[in-house]
Amino acid sequence: MKLPVLAAGFVLTATVAAAETPVLTVLTYDSFTSEWGPGPAVETAFEAVCGCDLRLIGAGDGAALLARVQLEGARTEADVVLGLDTNLTAAAAATDLFAPHGIEATLDLPVAWQDPLFLPFDWGWFAFVHKRDMAKVSASFEELAASDATIVIQDPRSSTPGLGLLMWVKAAYGDRAAGIWQGLADNIVTVTPGWSEAYGLFLEGEADMVLSYTTSPAYHLISEKDDSKAAAAFAEGHYLQVEVAGKLASTDQPELADRFLRFLLEEPVQSVIPTTNWMYPAKRPQAGLPAGFDTLVQPARSLLLPPEEARALRQGALAEWQSALSR
Amino acid sequence: MAVRALALSLGAALVALTLGPLALVLARAGDAAGLGPADWAAVRFTLTQAALSAVVSVALAVPVARALARRRFPGRGLLIALLGAPFLLPVIVAVLGLLAVFGRSGLLNRGLEALGLPPVSVYGLHGVVLAHVFFNMPFAVRLILQGWLAIPAERFRLAESLGLTPRDVGRHLERPMLREVLPGTLLVIFVICLSSFAVALTLGGGPGATTVELAIFQALRFEFDLGRAALLATLQFAICAAAVLSAGAVALPAGFGAGLDRKPVTLAPGGWRRFADAVTLSAAAAFLILPLGMVVARGVPGLLSLPPEVWAAAGRSLAVALPSALLAVSGALVLALAAPAFGLVATLPLAASSLVLGTGLFLAAHPFVNPSRIALPVTMLVNAVLSLPFAFRILAPEARALQADYGRLAAALDLRGLARLRWLTLPRLRRPLGFALGVSAALAMGDLGVIALFAGEGGATLPLLVQRLMGAYRMEQAAAAALLLVLTSFALFWVFDRAGRHASA
Repeated sequence: MKLPVLAAGFVLTATVAAAETPVLTVLTYDSFTSEWGPGPAVETAFEAVCGCDLRLIGAGDGAALLARVQLEGARTEADVVLGLDTNLTAAAAATDLFAPHGIEATLDLPVAWQDPLFLPFDWGWFAFVHKRDMAKVSASFEELAASDATIVIQDPRSSTPGLGLLMWVKAAYGDRAAGIWQGLADNIVTVTPGWSEAYGLFLEGEADMVLSYTTSPAYHLISEKDDSKAAAAFAEGHYLQVEVAGKLASTDQPELADRFLRFLLEEPVQSVIPTTNWMYPAKRPQAGLPAGFDTLVQPARSLLLPPEEARALRQGALAEWQSALSR
Repeated sequence: MAVRALALSLGAALVALTLGPLALVLARAGDAAGLGPADWAAVRFTLTQAALSAVVSVALAVPVARALARRRFPGRGLLIALLGAPFLLPVIVAVLGLLAVFGRSGLLNRGLEALGLPPVSVYGLHGVVLAHVFFNMPFAVRLILQGWLAIPAERFRLAESLGLTPRDVGRHLERPMLREVLPGTLLVIFVICLSSFAVALTLGGGPGATTVELAIFQALRFEFDLGRAALLATLQFAICAAAVLSAGAVALPAGFGAGLDRKPVTLAPGGWRRFADAVTLSAAAAFLILPLGMVVARGVPGLLSLPPEVWAAAGRSLAVALPSALLAVSGALVLALAAPAFGLVATLPLAASSLVLGTGLFLAAHPFVNPSRIALPVTMLVNAVLSLPFAFRILAPEARALQADYGRLAAALDLRGLARLRWLTLPRLRRPLGFALGVSAALAMGDLGVIALFAGEGGATLPLLVQRLMGAYRMEQAAAAALLLVLTSFALFWVFDRAGRHASA
């Protein structure tokens, strides 16, 4: 009869420990938690002020996060989900698993923001990144389609940037999207399952351009002292990826979760976003952006479909994309 | 018989572990909608590329295996060991290695350019087949070479003393052996290629190269349509089952009878055959070594500046790989000794979508325990299950021969249980056992399927870390970490394989 006694002991110590320091569990994407992402800095800074234990759990990419939350349902241990983007938030809201954040914040976003469930913590413009010495850089999708420049893109069925590109073309061209894709078909060298494969192929010289972010050149410039990469500015505007966090309705730490969401927009988090997540902070840090960000392309127009519209358009846009590129 | 009972319960466990998660996913899903035309297109592409990859891999492997079996030359052992390497590479690493040779700015196209010839594109169905052949042809060579070495030396001596020509040797000794070994080899490669998705998509060139596995990924990740995912996974199982059954119908035991373990005789026909073998071996070696060399060249510069997390992750990967290999090989041995009928059960895990497997296990574990707490044990178990088919395929033909040749003698001597294992089974199966252990350990080392779903704080394995480094733009460090992964996998493989080939009985 030793086992139950032992188990009771474990339960006891566990509850005592929990009573001392509450645990806030945040489900996020892998690269956020990695040693090179914002995770470690965020964890240290928040634990210094919250009197709690912040646990960051990595679960693949943005889409995997949503699937994970849906798998776990209301039984999830997570209190906050961090890293969905606006192409996924409508589906996330439809699960009824998220609770309103109730936070009024002034944000430095290129678009107006009001979403009762999800709060942005960073954002970026999708863009085609190329080597600076590329002879003729296209200035729109139409020019790109007419040129013989080669590109690598990501599959919208397996990656969030791929889905973003689908929405970009749809937001910029509406009913003409299918024609744009048909024009682009002969420029596309290949389609990869995720961002890192595509970016790797581009760095290996497999294509002239790759779908990434306007901020990608900043990584090379700041971390590698290499200014040979640039992003092409497109006249029709650039689609935004806005990354958001949301509180789960099933949380047992609602106040701590609210506090964490507010903390996401404060200086310690926002100041590390540019050089760890290589995205724009949702609220500009006091010291401004790091040197090097001033060299980046600033799109004149920002495109973003409302979450519900993005969700409604996806099936049709995917079918257009598939039929245009399968030929 | 004890082995039979053990095999039955093991088979039941395997079925439960592969079909159970599928059932759980389906149960959670409710009703599933039917498959659309895009899904059927994916099925067609999946079947085409898998069949082509299997046939080309095996067709190229036969002459290579024959040349290796009948020639002795310096570096032969190294070349045979090297044949294990491509199979163990993480997909993205192998793809980048191949592109450095066959890609747009790769060695091949630079050579063509220097000669004033137009460039060739590697993207398309031929690119998919090229990559799958690179992965699987060496594995096929090893499986077929085993068959060659299993022909008792007496038969070759007899052939020599009867003055048989190479053609006659082919007809009486080699072809019966191939008829036994090839169906299984074709099958295992076909089934591996069935669940390919990153290779097929990246080198396939676009949505035309959609496989069933990508459709499963999409259903799970972006649509959270568990019913569709389960339906597609069932379809994948059905295709695999059909392939296993048809391969079983073609394979015939070679029936050479037992030999006396004399030192292998090498029939080394001279003349043009000598020249042909040299060309075959050089071409195969170049095909393997060039991309591998590019992987090494890319990784070496960053090797010394790897962050400490990488070494910790390598340790975790090793801790997963060793027990997992032991589990897989013991399981495969039991199944292989029990009855050929277990072939279907032993191949089942290959057809399982690791995504569905992971999701189902997650659903099973989640109500009881925090998934991140059992990440490493689950990874170990799943890897054991997933590499069991390979171990089985390596062990089965020789285990069957062992039963046929020595079964009656052992029964007459009343040699049973552990004594039989110690005095008969282990010594006679040492070579395939070492090979199987090496393959299983290295496979477990490189797996990325399940850990990604379960991993929690600081629990990353080496392959997961490679992916994280790539995601953080650190391509050079990723290349170095990938090289470390390749080196450790290969070292594991080499140690076991060598122990199997060289240990003195």
